[in-house]
Amino acid sequence: MPLAHYLYDNALVLGPTGRLDHDNCETFREELAPHLARSAKDGTSIVLDLSGLEYVSSAGLRCFMLAAKQAKAQNSRIVIAAMQPVVAEIFQIARFNLVFEAFPKVRDALAALSPAAAAAFDRG
Amino acid sequence: MRVRFWGTRGSIPVALTSADIRDKVAEALFRAEGRRFESVGEAHDFAAKHLDFALTHTFGGHSPCVEIETGIQEYLVCDMGSGARPFGAHVLARQSGKPATVNVFMSHVHWDHIMGFPFFGPAYVPGTHIRIHGCHEVIEQAFRLQQAPPCFPVEFSQLTADIEFVKLTPGRAHEISGVQVTPTPQMHSGESYGYRFAAGGKVVVYTTDSEHKLENRAQTERFVRFFHGADLVVFDAMYSLADAISVKADWGHSSNIIGVELCQMARVKHLVLFHHEPAYDDAAIEGVLRETRRFEELTRGTQALRISAAYDGLEIDV
Repeated sequence: MPLAHYLYDNALVLGPTGRLDHDNCETFREELAPHLARSAKDGTSIVLDLSGLEYVSSAGLRCFMLAAKQAKAQNSRIVIAAMQPVVAEIFQIARFNLVFEAFPKVRDALAALSPAAAAAFDRG
Repeated sequence: MRVRFWGTRGSIPVALTSADIRDKVAEALFRAEGRRFESVGEAHDFAAKHLDFALTHTFGGHSPCVEIETGIQEYLVCDMGSGARPFGAHVLARQSGKPATVNVFMSHVHWDHIMGFPFFGPAYVPGTHIRIHGCHEVIEQAFRLQQAPPCFPVEFSQLTADIEFVKLTPGRAHEISGVQVTPTPQMHSGESYGYRFAAGGKVVVYTTDSEHKLENRAQTERFVRFFHGADLVVFDAMYSLADAISVKADWGHSSNIIGVELCQMARVKHLVLFHHEPAYDDAAIEGVLRETRRFEELTRGTQALRISAAYDGLEIDV
């Protein structure tokens, strides 16, 4: 699962796609790790753009939980945006809606994190 | 086989409060919207057809005790939580004075799983045979300790039934009263054991107080094998997944999500959510059941998985 990433000022948007489950969750974690490390170093906030994520299993949810824990420990922010309805339902059933701040659109998430990031997003 | 649930709550027994009852009655009257009923029977039919389970019933509050009826004279029961008291009354009524033989299978000896034994009526009936099976070394010690002064007025040695402790070997199929019983170790403080009961071509798995670590593929595969093809799996679904892998990690319990995933992988027919969180009221447990069924729909492969939430008094024919 390729992890697309775009920087908007001081916010990084990461876009996992497809399915996130037992088979690829470790790869996802490995791809996420340098971004979390950067976030700790320079304070970059992270938006997980889940518009391309079709399904997430418990193993995938665990990856999100570990990322949330790491972000909290290093005083950085990681939020969720643009979940597809099925993924949003799974988040709700697993109570991950209580773990992550979630936004309907990436733009909304950026605006909540940083006006400069939202402005950069608007500039394209 | 018939599985009869005498206690389904985890950690500590709970009871409905008077305010809970008042709220249920008030809500039911409100939902009736001025209907007139000619008899209690009519009102009963309305409640059964039109009102939520959580409004007209309760999931109950006894701690774990689950009977497995196999059609033989002897009784089989998992754990001796507070549900053992009504189970004992059921045994006494059914025996009509004749001494019973009761085979108990202990998941572990935490208090919520043994606390019903001092109130288990058949233990006070001479001639009754009680065989307490398990894999821990400390089962007899735990049963004796909870009845030792100053905790209880009747010491274990005063019980008049013939009580025997039988050590089982994890991973081995034991033939007990016509049923093949296989215990397996589970992750829980002090370790716990799940049981796979096979008889007459049917399989029931009792797996409570069991945490599943998502990162441990070998453990997942072991449980998929243990559950494989079961007609019924009674599963510890105490927490949400988010809680189970964060603030309540290493507390030794699992979630509805993991229950569905394991049962789907193992091609189980029926999953029963069990060991309910004592802080949950009836509406919360019914909500968990509704969401779990929805999760199963979202993730269903080629075989549908039936899902129920256990309640005290539930009977399931397998």
